[in-house]
Amino acid sequence: MAQVQYESRARVSLAPSSDLRKKIFIQRVAVSIMRFAALISVLITVGIVVSLVPATMDLLREIGGQLFGITWAPLFEPPSFGLLPLVTGTFIIVSIAMIIAIPVGLAAAMFLSDYATFNVRRVVKPILEILAGIPTVVLGLFGLYVVNPGLVEKYWPIGEPVGYTALGAGLMTGVLVVPIVASVADDALSAVPRAMREAAYALGATRREVATKVVFNAGLSGVVAALILAFARAFGETTVALMVAGSNPRLSANPGDGMQTMASFIGFAGIGDQEVGSTGYKTIFLVGTLLFVITLIFNIVGNRVIAKYREAYE
Amino acid sequence: MTTVDLSSKLSPVRRTKDTVFRTLLTLSVLSALGFIFGIIYSLWNDSKFLLSWDIVTNFPSFDPNAAGFQSPIFGSIWVVSVAALVALPIGILTALYLEEFSPKKSRFISILELNIQNLAGVPAVVFGMIGLAFIARGPMSWGFTVGSAALVLAMMILPVVIIVSRESIRAVPPSYKEGALALGATQWQAVRRLVLPSSIPGTATGSILAVSRAMGESAPLLLLGALAFVTFNPDGLDSQYTVLPLAIFKYSIDSREEFHYIAAAGSLILVAILFTLNLIAILLRDYTTRKNRV
Repeated sequence: MAQVQYESRARVSLAPSSDLRKKIFIQRVAVSIMRFAALISVLITVGIVVSLVPATMDLLREIGGQLFGITWAPLFEPPSFGLLPLVTGTFIIVSIAMIIAIPVGLAAAMFLSDYATFNVRRVVKPILEILAGIPTVVLGLFGLYVVNPGLVEKYWPIGEPVGYTALGAGLMTGVLVVPIVASVADDALSAVPRAMREAAYALGATRREVATKVVFNAGLSGVVAALILAFARAFGETTVALMVAGSNPRLSANPGDGMQTMASFIGFAGIGDQEVGSTGYKTIFLVGTLLFVITLIFNIVGNRVIAKYREAYE
Repeated sequence: MTTVDLSSKLSPVRRTKDTVFRTLLTLSVLSALGFIFGIIYSLWNDSKFLLSWDIVTNFPSFDPNAAGFQSPIFGSIWVVSVAALVALPIGILTALYLEEFSPKKSRFISILELNIQNLAGVPAVVFGMIGLAFIARGPMSWGFTVGSAALVLAMMILPVVIIVSRESIRAVPPSYKEGALALGATQWQAVRRLVLPSSIPGTATGSILAVSRAMGESAPLLLLGALAFVTFNPDGLDSQYTVLPLAIFKYSIDSREEFHYIAAAGSLILVAILFTLNLIAILLRDYTTRKNRV
């Protein structure tokens, strides 16, 4: 705007008036404030990395190969840093969560995209949002004192589950991620062009056939993305695992046992207010680094898949 | 005009399959609804004998007959309000920048966008760790205070605020801005006087949801000393604090069973606050979508 060219002989000056110059100045100031605000989100990411890496490297130098052991007891004397119990605990709880979330979440997504009328959608979507809004500590309380004694202890056939169970934690984490699967997958299925549905109907397909064979296949990449994002969310869940599966890092394959996940270890160790620079403090950051890197990879992949299908349909 | 009912020509097998499938889908949606009612009923059933104003006005106590949630409720209000005051302006300004003022297709912008997207997926507990390393301990050494907890929650909800604000800014019809520009307004004038005000309802909806997420969050504050036994209301940013979710956590892991019922009562209070916030957000969105369609 400031580079308006004008000839010296022109009768009307096109040079910016002082009023306009003032407005342009205000705009410049506003834009630089906004740019600074935008920079803060980058600073947060840098902050996360800077807070995680030094403590992690420090600890790795001290303990190195011990990570492959089978006993996790970093806060004991002598400490032991075998990650395997945390890895299996996390894997078991996340798997149970996905076993719940995949069928229920995808069913809800299909219902929303191909079965629900506009008005039904207007009711069902908020229900899923309310489900997503139940605080994790409430799910934990319910898991610990209703699901564990009322369901797992009574009906789980293997061993004798008492108190804390991975199964209860997995079920509650599953409830937590159902809305994520449902809403991301619904976005993907609803983005499938109407023409594809209509072509299938015209060929005589029933609603179920359209939903499962045409729409589901066409929206598959978005459905996969939904599962990846839900997995990342379940993986990072702290409070539910801490309350329902307890804080004993037991190496076990029986979901009826109590277990510790990577995230719930961080919560558990954090409660103890570890002294800065102590082994316990550094261990929190070591496990945090693992958690951060793994969820980051899954989120990047999931979001990239979503971007791909959006490109394909828009 | 005559219509032909073709459904009678459908083979019974395909028709049955369709009915079964529809029933299964409906059931799974109903199971989500059933779970919400189930969990609320169970909380209510465990704590109905406790529900009176005493549970709200009493302070935390080692005596189950005198225990309540006053300081956790005030702690939550303090922490979440400060977090919102920090995160909302930064988030909205970032969204405005990305939607209206950023150079398109610059490398910096695509890094920024990727960063925001990934930040939204970082597990909540990791924000507690950056808070521990930089804010509560380390360079800022603010300790386990209202201020450090609020900053951590602000960082956690910032990406959500940015994403929802961008969506609502994008939903403002471009003709508003074009009209203003054609009349000689600067880009900033058009954005401040037209785009920003028109996007407020959408941004408000998303922000309420972000704030309610901060209110229900417990994991990052486990690392920031919120599990403390605090029997006074916070009186400033440097004050020690506890929050409602962590007070529930503390009561629920107590070895005495009486405290588990108090935890259930606290959960009911928390859920009531969050449902109210959610309801406001949903009604606001319903109102805006209807207004925009006209």
